[in-house]
Amino acid sequence: MDAAQALADLTEISSQIEAAVLFDREGAVQGSTLADGVAARALATAAGTLLEGAAGFRAGGGELRQLEASTREGSVFVVCDGARRIAAITGPDPTAGLVFYDLKSCLRGAAADEPKPRRRRRAPLESGGETSDVEA
Amino acid sequence: MKRKLLGLLGFGTGLFVGSVLYRRSTERRRERVDVYFDDGSMVSFVDGSPEAEKLLAAARDALGAVHR
Repeated sequence: MDAAQALADLTEISSQIEAAVLFDREGAVQGSTLADGVAARALATAAGTLLEGAAGFRAGGGELRQLEASTREGSVFVVCDGARRIAAITGPDPTAGLVFYDLKSCLRGAAADEPKPRRRRRAPLESGGETSDVEA
Repeated sequence: MKRKLLGLLGFGTGLFVGSVLYRRSTERRRERVDVYFDDGSMVSFVDGSPEAEKLLAAARDALGAVHR
């Protein structure tokens, strides 16, 4: 599944999410539900600022995983998974647990499209039951 | 006398329920930022704190980017 498909599934599943953008650690947009590219970049930039600011207030040693900023106009959700990030906008008083769940599912879906490192599989040797490593 | 007591009890119960509902609705509407970390900890910055001011400004930028 690519980023566009993951985002399409997200907006289909979650009626609470008004807009979402997938972006990386550097703020580069990977996909968005917004037709306007400028708005998508602005959302990614603001979400990156939000993450950076929140990480600055970290008290313990844990890595920031997700956040929700609630205002009277609506809420902003940001979820991180390694270098990948997703930000979403909802109306006021969303069901936070459901939104976080849907965003994590979307991140996983988008990640499934990324190329995986080559795996080594073990094949049996012709002489007996021993195995050896071969390139897949 | 009994009727008066029942009336007072009803009034008191209504007042209590009303105050709980009012407090719940205002709490929900309060602006805040909840931050979750991978060690399971969570920090909540409520409106009025310097941390929340900075973070809520960025949140408003994000909302503005979509709603403009």
